[in-house]
Amino acid sequence: MQTNDTSLALAAAGGDAGAFATLMERQYDRLFRLCFRLTGSQAEAEDLTQDICAALPAKLRGFKGEASFTTWAYRLCVNAAHDRRRRAATHAKAASGWGDWEVNRRAANAEAEEALDWLTQAMRALPDDLRDTLALILDDMTHAQAGDILGISEGTVSWRISQAKKHLATLRKEDTP
Amino acid sequence: MSDDLDDLKSLMNAATPRPDTTRKSENIALAQKNFTDLQGSRDGARLTSDRPETGFISGVKNMLSTLTSRAGLTASTAIVAVGLVMLSPLGESLLPTKPDAAFVPSAPQEEPAVVMEKATAPTSSPLVESAPMIAADMATESMGGAPAPAMMTSPANSRMIMDLPVVRPESSTENFANADANPVQVTTQNPVSTFSIDVDTASYSVIRNSLTNGQLPPNDAVRVEEMINYFPYDYAAPTGNDAFQPTVTLTPTPWNADTQLLQIGIQGALPDLADRPPLNLVFLIDTSGSMEQPNKLPLLKQSFRLMLGQLRPEDQIAIVTYAGSAGEVLAPTAASERSKILNALDNLGAGGSTAGQAGLQQAYATAAAMSEEGDVNRIILATDGDFNVGLNDPDALKDYIADKRDSGTYLSVLGFGRGNLDDATMQALAQNGNGQAAYIDTLSEAQKVLVDQLGGALFPIADDVKIQVEFNPATVSEYRLIGYETRALKREDFNNDKVDAGDIGAGHQVTAIYEVTPKGSAAERNDPLRYDTPVVTENASDELAFLRLRYKAPGSDTSALIETPVQASVTGEAGFATAIAGFGQLLRDGTYTGSWTYADAIKLASETKGDDPFGYRAEAVQLMRLAESLSAQ
Repeated sequence: MQTNDTSLALAAAGGDAGAFATLMERQYDRLFRLCFRLTGSQAEAEDLTQDICAALPAKLRGFKGEASFTTWAYRLCVNAAHDRRRRAATHAKAASGWGDWEVNRRAANAEAEEALDWLTQAMRALPDDLRDTLALILDDMTHAQAGDILGISEGTVSWRISQAKKHLATLRKEDTP
Repeated sequence: MSDDLDDLKSLMNAATPRPDTTRKSENIALAQKNFTDLQGSRDGARLTSDRPETGFISGVKNMLSTLTSRAGLTASTAIVAVGLVMLSPLGESLLPTKPDAAFVPSAPQEEPAVVMEKATAPTSSPLVESAPMIAADMATESMGGAPAPAMMTSPANSRMIMDLPVVRPESSTENFANADANPVQVTTQNPVSTFSIDVDTASYSVIRNSLTNGQLPPNDAVRVEEMINYFPYDYAAPTGNDAFQPTVTLTPTPWNADTQLLQIGIQGALPDLADRPPLNLVFLIDTSGSMEQPNKLPLLKQSFRLMLGQLRPEDQIAIVTYAGSAGEVLAPTAASERSKILNALDNLGAGGSTAGQAGLQQAYATAAAMSEEGDVNRIILATDGDFNVGLNDPDALKDYIADKRDSGTYLSVLGFGRGNLDDATMQALAQNGNGQAAYIDTLSEAQKVLVDQLGGALFPIADDVKIQVEFNPATVSEYRLIGYETRALKREDFNNDKVDAGDIGAGHQVTAIYEVTPKGSAAERNDPLRYDTPVVTENASDELAFLRLRYKAPGSDTSALIETPVQASVTGEAGFATAIAGFGQLLRDGTYTGSWTYADAIKLASETKGDDPFGYRAEAVQLMRLAESLSAQ
């Protein structure tokens, strides 16, 4: 008999601070979980969740309840993750000419990379679109729901998942000589 | 192949960390701040960038938190290159690398490992990330072109505010005390039901607040007995020297034709308040940052102002606040010095965190100092329920207060505001402090609790009131207590005067309702046991049950006993209390109400509204109508 999240979100979109507070409290852990799946690191996930928290109030004003709140919020997460990556890529390009300190830093990165576990490696080895899709499926979304969130067809989701599985199988093979 | 996916899923579930609580409350606070700002500037500047709002400050913070000595030099070079002299190497000391470290010393959030991982994340090179954004922010700032609301919503600003060494309001966490609804008991197996009375009304106000805001309340916020006890009923007043008088009625059950409702009403004596003893009141006021909203501290001040008019010159008042550190704002002052007290109240401002425990300790100390022989001492704690510093575990608080209540000081709790109302802690405090918990959401609720029913709120007439009902297996096959889930007592606790229970104030009323299934009724939910030895009830009487009440005179250590048999004949029609009991069960889960609906509750309540001088019952009918519409969505 609890008010469901979608109607809470609609109330919040209309300016109801109490509804927004309840909504954030209910959804935060879930959003964080997806963010972790999308980024593969706690720190990154915390930052991504922060991005989402900061942008959510403004975005929420456009929430009309056509999709369920979960679908809508997941879409927001995936887009925010895209934005972060795109910015990072731009900055990385811009940074490539930055001299020795940058080289040092990257060397340090490479060392740390080796220490990461199989899971993180596996996730990071995937192309972005496959990883996003897989993250949603691992978060108990159906293929149809994931397609809805990513704005692609259910068939594409299934295809991406099978691609992701192939990648993982290859990785496994390399991993266990 | 799918093995891989399943493996990955379990790996992923195992690897998913719990969100860092500090970051969580920061992030939620940020979201709420942006939300609030947005409400204030609905038509103002829109956030222009479609990029998620992570500001340059967060970039700088990332940078500073990942600074190592190796990178330090080059990092500062980079910053100078962008031309932001303000954040030159000195910046390290200007902006703390761990902004939270000052006030959350043990937060394990920035462990080196995490920092390393952050540095290796494929996405960010935070140093450089900050560069263009600084430029952008500097540009708008120097042109002075950005409209104020836009700056307010800019994360840079909110980040700045967050970095001040002040703990911001916690994330909105509401925590309600409740237990599963009482199950149906089989009389032959479990003939005795024991519970403590409950004069709290907080749950009803919380429900009203939820409903009027257009939401069905969370199930756990619904405590049916507190809803029933919110309303005054027409019970016979005790005569002579008795502290109270039980009134027992048996009525048909509106939601089940085959059962009956046993309603036990207790009316507390209303001693002549003209000769009441002097009162020592300590207002313990939460002035933490979260109390700033209009429905919290400002409402609280108005409420106490109302109450001041009810006090006598010989009463004494002290005010203790707690926020960050506890402090006595007003030394014990005679109630006749109205302007002094009002001034002290008006000067209260919100800010800081909630050092609940220190505040309580000081309040008890102040109350002890004010205490004189024959006085009634009471602490009135006004809070939004947030005890985030010190003893914040309800159990630890319970022990502390249970320890203190033996000193003879009562503790009442007034809850304000929603968002982080910690109902569980409030319950723990009031139950163990021998007091009452009420939730004040409007000034008219303050009028009800602090003016109309002030006597009940402040003057106890009986302590540790326990009720025990023994049902007669010859006439009752099953029974169920509606509500009082959080007040259940063990059977043996009834006669144990050491076990604490609820207290009744002057003029208080308490109502408890059992749904009883008569022997042989079609409504029996449990089949008789095949291997059970049939109970032979010698001299089986036609009594329905036997009611026992225990209470102590205030300050006394030994209890008195009232006993009365209950006859098994229907003695009345379902009344307003029944309508509220049904309403509460519908809000909670409706397990036992069958096909009975809100519409039926509205009909019953309207028919039985009776004389309603203050309009409480009319308001309840309105709430039922709201709940009906909301649940139909």
